[in-house]
Amino acid sequence: MRRVYLDHSATTPVDPEVAELMMTYYTEKYGNPSSVHSFGRETKAALENARESVANLMNAEPTEITFTSGGTEADNLAIFGVAEAYSKKGKHIITSAVEHNAVIDTCEFLAKNGYELTILPVDEEGFISVDDVAKAIRPDTILITIMHANNEVGTIQPIAEIGKIAKEKDVIFHVDAVQSFGKIPVDVKAMNVDLMTVSSHKIYGPKGVGALYIRRGVRVIPRVHGGGQERKRRSGTENTPGIIGFGKACELAAQRMAQDAEREAALRDKLLEGIMERIDYVKLNGPRGENRLPGNLNVSIQFIEGEALLLSLDLMGIAASSGSACTSGSLDPSHVLLAMGLSHEIAHGSLRFSFGRQNTEEDVDYVLEQLPKIVERLRMMSPLYDQVKHSKTQKANAL
Amino acid sequence: MYSEKVMDHFMNPRNVGEIEDAAGVGEVGNAKCGDIMRIYLDVEGDIIKDVKFKTFGCGAAVATSSMVTEMVKGKTIEEALKITNKSVADALDGLPPAKMHCSNLAADALHEAIKNYQEKMQNA
Ligand code: FES
Repeated sequence: MRRVYLDHSATTPVDPEVAELMMTYYTEKYGNPSSVHSFGRETKAALENARESVANLMNAEPTEITFTSGGTEADNLAIFGVAEAYSKKGKHIITSAVEHNAVIDTCEFLAKNGYELTILPVDEEGFISVDDVAKAIRPDTILITIMHANNEVGTIQPIAEIGKIAKEKDVIFHVDAVQSFGKIPVDVKAMNVDLMTVSSHKIYGPKGVGALYIRRGVRVIPRVHGGGQERKRRSGTENTPGIIGFGKACELAAQRMAQDAEREAALRDKLLEGIMERIDYVKLNGPRGENRLPGNLNVSIQFIEGEALLLSLDLMGIAASSGSACTSGSLDPSHVLLAMGLSHEIAHGSLRFSFGRQNTEEDVDYVLEQLPKIVERLRMMSPLYDQVKHSKTQKANAL
Repeated sequence: MYSEKVMDHFMNPRNVGEIEDAAGVGEVGNAKCGDIMRIYLDVEGDIIKDVKFKTFGCGAAVATSSMVTEMVKGKTIEEALKITNKSVADALDGLPPAKMHCSNLAADALHEAIKNYQEKMQNA
């Protein structure tokens, strides 16, 4: 059976070139970068080289990069780190309703421990209003944390504009760029970002590696204490094979970004058009055009439920994801879709396809061949669908 | 995460559909995740002659609806009333813990349908 992986926002395969390089650092060049001998020195050099590659991809200085165990740790380090370092200035934090849980849950933890939180709403396409950010800033605001691109619906936030305001008002600005880094241009200087989270496994690097960009002069209290690695910001022997792999993945991303983005956006648009042609009562979630991640598609297929869709797709070899309540352990629908004003019912039938380097036109054709059959089968079973079928006056795709 | 039986009932659900002028209809919504299940009964004498379902829900919800219809077909009302969410889940070789509430939906819809039938009988 054909297998089609359309869940690249969840994770990507490691590029063979990356894996090959990493292998050397497991078996041959295994020295501890803190050691003074030649074994340590060669690893240290490769580690610093990787730091430079990561920094280059976001227009930062290598000394501003702190490696972590992933995006979640980097988000935690940024938010807790600033909250602690600047608590004398104030205890107010601004974030948005569509952040990743690594940000939301961290902020909410702080809110339970003496900090104050403002959660900004989004419009129906998932955009935060720059005005809202400006209005939310108070004298005791110490941190604004907003994602660059949304993991579910691909909405790209006006980070540069928010950065400008943050700078004017002298508030530290953290950006979770896990979904955008390596896929669209990211420039910490042009965007006036103080802290930025990035992750390796979303860009064909290994899992378990991420980094936090910390602009020179911004104070962050470390969370992990010990041997003082990473300029004392994150102790613990560096995951050298992983970090070096991440560095390589950044180099490849720098070379391929424009062409990947164009190709993935074309495949994405083909899939969207194909779905709209073949299936009625479908709603696109998130914006169209430039302000959407090139590889992201999110649609709600009405009257059916996402987990049932995912199961059926999986049986045909297709991997996607859903914001349905039935797919989440908590049985709550996606907080992102709800924040965009979608009803529970529409969130229920949401389906995310995220494209990557290996996807082809044939993959899209295959999905377009399978999906309508699956939708029809599930709608046949749905008590909501016959109500619509019976009232023929309703217009298809009226949403 | 699902047993083979669950997957079988999800992919090949038994008794999908509606019964026109059914003797009893039960519909329940799942307060937890927002799903809906409807069960139709055709009763002759005291025997459930036919049963159909429609479900808007996850794989477990579809499978439990299908299973419950299979379990009550040909049974008496009294026997059908004894069916619980646990017996439905057991018949499917179990459900993941997070999905146990979906089996409530099936048992509840069945009991609603029987209640609806009994009310109709009283009024007739
Ligand atoms: S019906 Fe929603 S989790 Fe089963």
